[in-house]
Amino acid sequence: GPGGGAALENANPLIYRRSGERPVTAREEDDELPDSIDDREIFDILAVQLRSAFLNPAHLIRSINDPEHPLTLEELNVVEQVRVKVNDAESTVAVEFTPTIPHCSMATLIGLSIKVKLIRSLPERFKLDVHITPGTHASEHAVNKQLADKERVAAALENSHLLEVVNQCLSARS
Amino acid sequence: CLENTDPRTRGRGIQLLSQVLLQCYSLLQEKEVLHLVLFYENRLQDHHLVIPSVLQGLRALSMCEVLSPGLAVSVLKAIFQEVHVQSLMQLDRHTVYSIITNFMGTREEELKGLGADFTFGFIQVMDGEKDPRNLLVAFQIVHDLITKNYALGPFVEELFEVTSCYFPIDFTPPPSDPHGIQREDLILSLRAVLASTPQFAEFLLPLLIEKMDSDLQSAKLDSLQTLTACCAIYGQKELQEFLPSLWSSLRREVFQTASEKVEAECLAALHGLSACLSRSVLSSDTEDLLDSFLGSILQDCRHHLCEPDMKLVWPSAKLLQAAAGASLRAYHRVTRSVLPLLLEQYTKHPQSSQRRTILEMLLGFLELQQKWGHVEEDESTLLSLRAPICSVVFSALTDPSVQLQLVGIRALIVLGSLQGFLSPSDLELVVDHLIRLALHEEDSQSSEAAMEAAGSLAPIYPKVFSGRMVPRLEEELQSEREEESSRDHCSLQQRCLQALAAVSIHTSIVRETVPVLLQHLRKVQKGSKARNAQDVVSVCQSLHRVALQCQQDAEGCWYYHQTVVPCLLAMAVQAATQESTHPLLGKALLEEEVLAAMVPVISAATTHLSPELAAQSVSHVVPLFLDGEVSFLPQNSFPCSFQPFEDGECLEAQRRLVVLLMAFVCSLPRNVAIPQQERLLRELLALSCSCNCPFTATTAAKCFAGLVNKHPAGQQLDEILQLAVNRMEPGLAEGPRRTQALTLLLWVTKALVLRYHPLSSRLTDKLLGLLGDVELGPAVADGFSLLMAESPDVLHKDCHADVRIMFRQRFFTDNVPKLVQGFHGAGPDMKANYLKGLSHVLNHLPKPVLVTELPTLLSLLLEALSCSDRVVQLSTLSCLQPLLLEAPQIMSLHVDTLVTKFLSLASSPTMAVRIAALRCAHALTSLPTTVLLPYKARVIRALAKPLDDKKRLVRKEAVAARGEW
Repeated sequence: GPGGGAALENANPLIYRRSGERPVTAREEDDELPDSIDDREIFDILAVQLRSAFLNPAHLIRSINDPEHPLTLEELNVVEQVRVKVNDAESTVAVEFTPTIPHCSMATLIGLSIKVKLIRSLPERFKLDVHITPGTHASEHAVNKQLADKERVAAALENSHLLEVVNQCLSARS
Repeated sequence: CLENTDPRTRGRGIQLLSQVLLQCYSLLQEKEVLHLVLFYENRLQDHHLVIPSVLQGLRALSMCEVLSPGLAVSVLKAIFQEVHVQSLMQLDRHTVYSIITNFMGTREEELKGLGADFTFGFIQVMDGEKDPRNLLVAFQIVHDLITKNYALGPFVEELFEVTSCYFPIDFTPPPSDPHGIQREDLILSLRAVLASTPQFAEFLLPLLIEKMDSDLQSAKLDSLQTLTACCAIYGQKELQEFLPSLWSSLRREVFQTASEKVEAECLAALHGLSACLSRSVLSSDTEDLLDSFLGSILQDCRHHLCEPDMKLVWPSAKLLQAAAGASLRAYHRVTRSVLPLLLEQYTKHPQSSQRRTILEMLLGFLELQQKWGHVEEDESTLLSLRAPICSVVFSALTDPSVQLQLVGIRALIVLGSLQGFLSPSDLELVVDHLIRLALHEEDSQSSEAAMEAAGSLAPIYPKVFSGRMVPRLEEELQSEREEESSRDHCSLQQRCLQALAAVSIHTSIVRETVPVLLQHLRKVQKGSKARNAQDVVSVCQSLHRVALQCQQDAEGCWYYHQTVVPCLLAMAVQAATQESTHPLLGKALLEEEVLAAMVPVISAATTHLSPELAAQSVSHVVPLFLDGEVSFLPQNSFPCSFQPFEDGECLEAQRRLVVLLMAFVCSLPRNVAIPQQERLLRELLALSCSCNCPFTATTAAKCFAGLVNKHPAGQQLDEILQLAVNRMEPGLAEGPRRTQALTLLLWVTKALVLRYHPLSSRLTDKLLGLLGDVELGPAVADGFSLLMAESPDVLHKDCHADVRIMFRQRFFTDNVPKLVQGFHGAGPDMKANYLKGLSHVLNHLPKPVLVTELPTLLSLLLEALSCSDRVVQLSTLSCLQPLLLEAPQIMSLHVDTLVTKFLSLASSPTMAVRIAALRCAHALTSLPTTVLLPYKARVIRALAKPLDDKKRLVRKEAVAARGEW
């Protein structure tokens, strides 16, 4: 099979169940009452179908051939609801994400994708903070620094090749 | 001419002869045929320009019935010898295949006399064929060669080579292919060839194994499906050598693939292999291949079952289940090893989520056992594991995790449906668990699942449920607790009612539960508390469900009807006749909401009655309403007489009960005669026009319409309709009861539109005219929704109404041009009415029809987007959304208007409109990119605002739309 030894590293990764659709409450259907933005809402934004390409490069090949059922960030436990903090009143969002393996070379790309998804999905008033769950990645500090640097994020997003990869990751369904 | 020296001229001569033969081959005599055959065979040696026409002639002759014995063989020999088929044009090659096919159809025995030479000749003919049209025929010939037992001789491998070189089929028909050959046709006909004989096995299996590893998903799928097809005819002799490689390929695919389709095909193939091995008769001297094959599967998969958090746990379980599901023997072999393991793992893993996975796997294996019905005493692993399985399932039922409970409940259903598995004491425990979960489990999902489980098991064990569960529920219902007003008690009562309805599946149980429900109904309607109305409604909902469950069983249905309908009528009559003397007693029963809840109960109890029994019932119910004939009611002493159709101030309450009459009489089968129908219709008509209470007036109009819809055509019907028109028209023109007259008009129109009655167009025109009426216009516009929508209580198919299936389309074609015309002619204040009417019509049209019809209405719809009426906005948006997805080309022409309107409606004050507008903005992205590009920046900027909408549901749509842009 493709990938050889590298594929074995994550051939049997831990998987997590999806939490299911958020049920719509009567309050949400009431035209008058406002609903504040909460952790779950941000989490749902991020529970997009991110291709399992992120598991490791060996999987990249497979998932391009078989794009029907990519695992979501949620199923890989890269994002968890408890690691999403939002304060609607102060307009801040903080997301901690956990790369699947400590040496995951895709950590920056995952972080960037999360950041782009949030930029696109949240009102401008929000200040975003995306970083790696402490102690879960070898080059945690470097990645965090890169993600926090506005100019570098902006520059990365002007790189059309990179943007394409990010867009591909974020497309809801292929 | 046939002897001309120029081959072209000779060719034309033969062509002419062949054309003639193709027209008249059936008229030829045996001798003539012989002569012609000899001539044509001879001509095969002629110049290559002549050959196509020669073949045409031979094709004509091959269809002759009078062909002498031996000629077919001689023609074929000549062709094999003289013609190099693959250097001919496609059409001529096709002619050769046709000749062969014709002979195979009529001269099978003669051809078989040729022995393997025929096979060899054909192999040479088709070798190198490239055209898909010819391949389809050639594959069919090979298939027939094999299935009709032609001699293959030493040419098995050649025959395989000449066909398998096309595998896997990689053919995409050209976009404007006139021949209509699909890739799928070729795949299936080649598969039929490859999987037609075990003789190919030694060549085919290595090929399949190789192609399973292909990078092309289509090749993988084709290989797997072909393998599955082969398993149907192979035996263990063919498979033996390849089993290890087959298993390792299948395992690799299932473990690695991200495609559900590949996974499903792998599992099907494994199932096929296991079934094939199970089928092969065991002889004493050979090793049991099934046993060793399953052994290797177990060896590779078993340990993954012990890691319920890891990715491979499910692929492994599915592989084992696929293999186990193939035969009872395979099932025993696998479960003997796996079930004890899973039971042990369940105890070892304390976390609920892990236990859930393990129990789900266990459930999968238990479900397989269902395939073989009852549990066999002698060799069943399952029976020996009864105690641990039950204890695992029961422990899941008491786990705090709802998800685990839910799997436990599903497992109960499976265990219960395995005949003879549960012991009487287990069963009692099962029922106790179900009662506890149904009544006391906080999570509503578990509670509902427990009720449904009770419903599935009740018909299998009716005695246990009626003896153990029903009394417990009755007890709970009757208990008067101190905290009676508290919410807990209230919801407990609710659940008891639901559970009673859920278990009322078997007739013997229904006879227990219906009296309990009716008893409870009598109790709650007497009370005077505020929530009584709600309680009565709850009981009615349960009664309704029971009615639906009884419908299929004639005996149960009649029992239910006889018991429930008179009882409800009696209670209602009692309440209504008391109204004048004791205005407070039993008032709950007369509330509109409660009466409306009784309608479906009576209706469902009536629709499935046999005509004889229905006639018996109608002879009681109609006189009750027309003449106050109360003698058939279970309790028949009432404070005053019951005369709902009489005039009188104090009879208001009695008149409301006409809704119960409607529920009954409008649900009867069409062939049941209604006594005093004419009188009844007149009374209803009068009531609908004269009554001041909107509820009663509407009910009378609906009841009238329901009866008119089923009334046989003829003079009587015309008379009653004329009468209705005569009453409506003055009422509509002026006076205090215009609204009542309009309601009647709408319902009668609906009744007639549904059955294509000729008068319906006159009434519809009347409605169209009223759209311009200052006072009634808006109500008429809303009425179009009533005309097109399914009405829940009368005039639908389930209550035997005369409903023509295409009535909406017909209404659309007849009336939409008039609506459009009316719109253009109407004053500015009235335009909205026409738009609203139109949007109701469009909204109820099936989507495919809508998409084809809409483009003509597009300009009107775009105008409708500017209308300030929310209903119009909403329905226009919901019409446009599918159109954007399915007709992007037409919509592209209006992109500018669409973008502007959608963005402005995205800030409407109504949440539903905002959501619909954002969905449309989302759907815009299906237009061609070049059309969208100029708007991209503007839309993305504009969509930033709804991201901060106060409503979450709006934000959700905004996120989706903006992400897509």
